[in-house]
Amino acid sequence: MSEATASPLPSMVAPSSSMGLLSVFKRRYLLKLLVQREIAARYEQSFLGFLWSYINPLTQFFIYWYIMGTIMGAHKTIDNYPVHVFSGLVIVHFFTETFGAGTRSIVRNKSLVQKMPLPAEMFPVAAMLVSLWHVLPQMAILLVVCILTGWHPDLGTLIGGLMALAILMIMGTALALIFSVANVFWRDFGSLVGILTNFVRFGCTMIYSYDMLAQHAGHLKWLVLGNPIAVACMLFQRAFWALSTDNPAQTLRTQFPAHLYHQGAIALAASIALLLIAQWFFSKFEARIPEQI
Amino acid sequence: MAEAIIAENVTKDFVLRRHKTFKKMTVAKMRGQQTVDRFNAVNDVSFTIQQGESVGLMGLNGSGKSTLLKVISGVMKPNKGTLLTRGRIAGLIATGAGFQSQLSGLENIYLNAAIYGLNESETKAVLDEIIDFADIGQFIDQPVGTYSSGMTSRLGFAIAVHVDCDIFLADEILAVGDKPFKRKCMTKMEQIRDSGKTIVYVSHAAASVQAMCDRVICLEKGRLIFDGDVDEGIRILNYGDDNDGEELAMDDAMLGADV
Repeated sequence: MSEATASPLPSMVAPSSSMGLLSVFKRRYLLKLLVQREIAARYEQSFLGFLWSYINPLTQFFIYWYIMGTIMGAHKTIDNYPVHVFSGLVIVHFFTETFGAGTRSIVRNKSLVQKMPLPAEMFPVAAMLVSLWHVLPQMAILLVVCILTGWHPDLGTLIGGLMALAILMIMGTALALIFSVANVFWRDFGSLVGILTNFVRFGCTMIYSYDMLAQHAGHLKWLVLGNPIAVACMLFQRAFWALSTDNPAQTLRTQFPAHLYHQGAIALAASIALLLIAQWFFSKFEARIPEQI
Repeated sequence: MAEAIIAENVTKDFVLRRHKTFKKMTVAKMRGQQTVDRFNAVNDVSFTIQQGESVGLMGLNGSGKSTLLKVISGVMKPNKGTLLTRGRIAGLIATGAGFQSQLSGLENIYLNAAIYGLNESETKAVLDEIIDFADIGQFIDQPVGTYSSGMTSRLGFAIAVHVDCDIFLADEILAVGDKPFKRKCMTKMEQIRDSGKTIVYVSHAAASVQAMCDRVICLEKGRLIFDGDVDEGIRILNYGDDNDGEELAMDDAMLGADV
């Protein structure tokens, strides 16, 4: 007790006081442990281990490459079609993986949530960071393929690439926050994720080009252009695929909307707004997580 | 002396939903079954605990002890009223710590310590002591999911007591674990108490509360029915009955948790 009187007393606080996402970033060491653990645990007890996070996008890639490229003839209409698909897939898969794992994250960590006081936002954020970690080797493969097919990066590669990642990190975290807490109350949300993921995949200019969309979809193209995920996908394709085609200048003119970076900025702002809404939603229901889970 | 825990009109309700999917809920609604239960676990409880006090929290099963402890630890928020605490809180809630079953004991030590707010070097400084205290041999490298309930609570208790906390919460720690370990726990708890830390101790074993605490708070159906002297609290709850005559035969009676 002499110790207690010698040092200034900590102030009285509510033990559950949480500052939402801010407290996640204040406790970076705990976040680091959760991310490391999740990387180790996600494919634990599976024979192929972390390779599963590449098998999924790779099989998708080969399906699109063969069915859309060869059978449906996309190889003929879209220059360097494999890179078109793959550059989109890397970034879209980052989002869908964040969304899926993030949605399950709180329920998966039931034993911790019920007994230990920690900000529950930790789990969706950790899920997003794990998915980001998985993007790195895919990026390496993408870079190698781009270089082999004659890629000339420009400043837009850096700006667009980073912008795309930022949009999806924020957007993925926002949706993971909303769905992870909703999944505690209604397990249906876990199943809904699979359907939404499908819409996301086909709602991005990944297996078809922007040019095809503009020709055939009419005003429906705004459903794609108004979707921050699709905008991030185009920014990424602008950064990698467009600059690896035979005539980059022409590709940039015909295969992308006129004001791509403006749309990127709007998508980023929309993602940030969604994150704020997600935080509000999360805080509203957070208190009931330990008793409902 | 400063306060360690202040509870003012703390109320905690649970909304227990019986169904976890829309389909089940719709079916239940159509059959006219009830889909939600409201349950008042802690009802308008107020008390102040000073730093260095060790307080027993007693009551029958379902009286709201564990819920109150969860509110104190910060796992749950009160619906009404306020609860304030001072300093770091550690301890065991509802027999056994929050562990990740796929992770090894060692990894769980790091994780739990980080949740309590320790950094890496602080954890490393107490790591050997924790492993020694838990004394679960080579199981420390095995996934916690493979542990027996005794081993889980040994590890949980070992971590909790080695966190340099200001408030120590102990819930039914003596319910699992063999006799030598229970004895070790009691000794450690006494050390914690004597070092001037605040303790909130939940137990059904009257004798161990008598040995550990200088005050009891009794709950009945979520309400505070008594706050004060230990012996009188035990008498109010009629806990003394099962120890007839030998209430203070400390040894076995104190170590045996009648759960």
